[in-house]
Amino acid sequence: MNAPPPAARLSLRGISKRYPSVIANDAIDLDIAPGEIHAVLGENGAGKSTLMKIIYGVTRPDAGEIVWEGRKLAISSPSMARELGIGMVFQHFSLFETLTVAENIALSIDRPQAELHDEIREVSTRYGLPLDPARLVHSLSVGERQRVEIVRCLLQKPRLLIMDEPTSVLTPQAVQQLFATLRRLAGEGCSILYISHKLDEIRALCERATVLRGGRVSGEADPRLESNDSLARMMIGGELPACTLNPQAPGELRLALNGLSLTSDDPFGTALQDVSLAVHGGEIVGIAGISGNGQQELLAALSGEKKLARADGLSLRGVAAGKLGPSARRALGLGLGFVPEERLGRGAVPEMSLADNALLTGATRAGMLKGPWIQRSKVREFAREVIARFKVKAPDEDALAQSLSGGNLQKFIIGREVMLAPEVMVVAQPTWGVDVGAAMLIRNALIDMRNRGVAVLVISEELDELFMICDRIAVLADGRLSPAIATADASVELIGRWMSGDFSEKDSHVPA
Amino acid sequence: MNEGLILALLLSTASAATPLMLAALGELVTERSGVLNLGVEGMMLVGAVAAFATMSQTGSPLLAFGVAMLSGCALSLLFGVLTLHLMTNQVATGLALTLFGVGLAAFVGQPYVGGVVKGVEPLLFGLDPITLLAFVLCGGLWWFLGKSRAGLLLRAVGEKPAVADAIGYPVRRIRYLAVLFGGAMAGLGGAFLSLVNTPMWVEGMTAGRGWIALALVVFATWRPERVLLGAWLFGGMTVLQFHAQALGLAIPSEFLSMLPYLATIAVLVLICRNPRTILLNQPLSLGKTYHPDR
Repeated sequence: MNAPPPAARLSLRGISKRYPSVIANDAIDLDIAPGEIHAVLGENGAGKSTLMKIIYGVTRPDAGEIVWEGRKLAISSPSMARELGIGMVFQHFSLFETLTVAENIALSIDRPQAELHDEIREVSTRYGLPLDPARLVHSLSVGERQRVEIVRCLLQKPRLLIMDEPTSVLTPQAVQQLFATLRRLAGEGCSILYISHKLDEIRALCERATVLRGGRVSGEADPRLESNDSLARMMIGGELPACTLNPQAPGELRLALNGLSLTSDDPFGTALQDVSLAVHGGEIVGIAGISGNGQQELLAALSGEKKLARADGLSLRGVAAGKLGPSARRALGLGLGFVPEERLGRGAVPEMSLADNALLTGATRAGMLKGPWIQRSKVREFAREVIARFKVKAPDEDALAQSLSGGNLQKFIIGREVMLAPEVMVVAQPTWGVDVGAAMLIRNALIDMRNRGVAVLVISEELDELFMICDRIAVLADGRLSPAIATADASVELIGRWMSGDFSEKDSHVPA
Repeated sequence: MNEGLILALLLSTASAATPLMLAALGELVTERSGVLNLGVEGMMLVGAVAAFATMSQTGSPLLAFGVAMLSGCALSLLFGVLTLHLMTNQVATGLALTLFGVGLAAFVGQPYVGGVVKGVEPLLFGLDPITLLAFVLCGGLWWFLGKSRAGLLLRAVGEKPAVADAIGYPVRRIRYLAVLFGGAMAGLGGAFLSLVNTPMWVEGMTAGRGWIALALVVFATWRPERVLLGAWLFGGMTVLQFHAQALGLAIPSEFLSMLPYLATIAVLVLICRNPRTILLNQPLSLGKTYHPDR
């Protein structure tokens, strides 16, 4: 490469975008040099997504100008953006599940498939993103699907790559792999816009950061010279909220899995093998592991969506509950609260209002029913209380579940379950895609339940989170569950090794 | 059993299977684009009467088949405008199309009831050209869907129209083409009934074959090579029950006539017992109206 040209690859000047109820972007300036990895940091709703949509030609700005490689222009469509050399990897993948990797890529790049096969192999090995072009996308893990999206962008030889929250679906190891790829790309002169709210990642990867808050630029910095606290101050305008876990003796046994084995309904699922676990009142047990190692099957077995072959495979407060359905498990005597991983479809009905969604799991509790009749006023009151206590950003309890952002809906679903005062709480990916402030609110709510004596089981891909809130941690790898180890005795290295399926404990004796 | 009988059985099975194959392959393409057109029965009937009328007037089989395909197209175009432009519900519109087609065919066909035309001559191995065409079509679609870029596009549109739209493909135009193809094939299937199978026009002569074609698409899990299998199975059952009736078995003929339909239901139940086969093959957006501007 020649000496870096002084001109920026992309410059935004005074970009503004106004929607009927909100100013998404307010006079935003941004410059990216060739080969630069530039972070766009901000909470949910800070205007990051709108800004990226403007750059990628999905949305037109109301005001401001875009200068691409010295030329002032208007990017009118994604295909124009691609022609200019702008690629984007979306947070929610735009892939066709029933097509192969090569077919998916062929839909964006008009080249004969045989040629593409070779190119995919070549590019994917060169950048450390191994991919089999003939595999069907639905058989790929989330991380592999992301690779398809990245490889698809790379084949178009982009000069600017936009990554929207790319690590929200990746495990720690996969994140490191992705970073190596991105650094390599940047080294070849490709500019990278990296959108995230994860402070550690941005400090590890990016050379510059533009921080957004409420649609405006609230700061620019070199993240390598900043601390999490200083970045958080720019991002949320205050201190990073903390959560503390005071030691406390666990109570009675509330939830027990006894040698649970289960085949999967999903043709590409993972069978559970001899999974045993005990969760007591007043403790939080975390299950770490890469998604796709039996998490879905375990959750289905816990919620009652999938009934077990043996009633005593699962016991709730001493009752053999393996053959009970979800409602029976939720009922007062057993008191199971459950937050699934999938918010829309499993956690909430997208087309129904928040109040009606509250009714769905709360019907048998909280006095929402009187005989066969629904007490509308009680339902609304309950939903209003959830919205207020968990600071859900929604106009009112009549808002449709699908109209809420992911983070807000998660707050509502967790709040709904917490307010039903369960005895046993099972939560999957509690803070997936949720911003820092809301994540802390959710974690504190879980710790609060534990302090009140509830047995809490958290299944999460975020190791940091599990180390923060759990009393004990186990790992689910390839359908087998490791022993649950006290968090104080666990290390990231040990848990990482367990994730690969090696459950020996030798490292745990090494003094920390 | 002598060879002559076996050959006769095979030939009659072929002619029972051909109209089903044509209509089912057309519907398969339509459904692969994500559109569910339940109007197959109506389009077949209109094709049958259009072909018979053209044949009586002109005596040209080529023209008759052409007019049948065009009239099937016309009906499916109506369906396309309603569902793809005016965003009506596909199920309701398809049912209405069948009712409309049945009525229209009866009305147009009134002067031709009882008329006779010259049948189509066999071309090869005692098979008529349309039956041969159905085989070619089956192989062609297998290639088209699995190997060609246009087929890939069609599948993509049926899978996730919004994503195809975002990549920059004309979702609505592709769906129109698929719907029109479905109409043309249903029309051709109908023409086969009134010109080849029984060269005459009888009101409601499709006798539910349009519905069987719809079932066959599910039976075939949206794969053209399996349509061939299903159509021949159904055709075989039809021919067998004729022979059973001819043998004078002590079973009421109504029961024997039910046989092919019962077999279809039985196979459908068997296939749907394994939800995975359906899940992995059914076009994801099948029957869902797509609003381009969300």
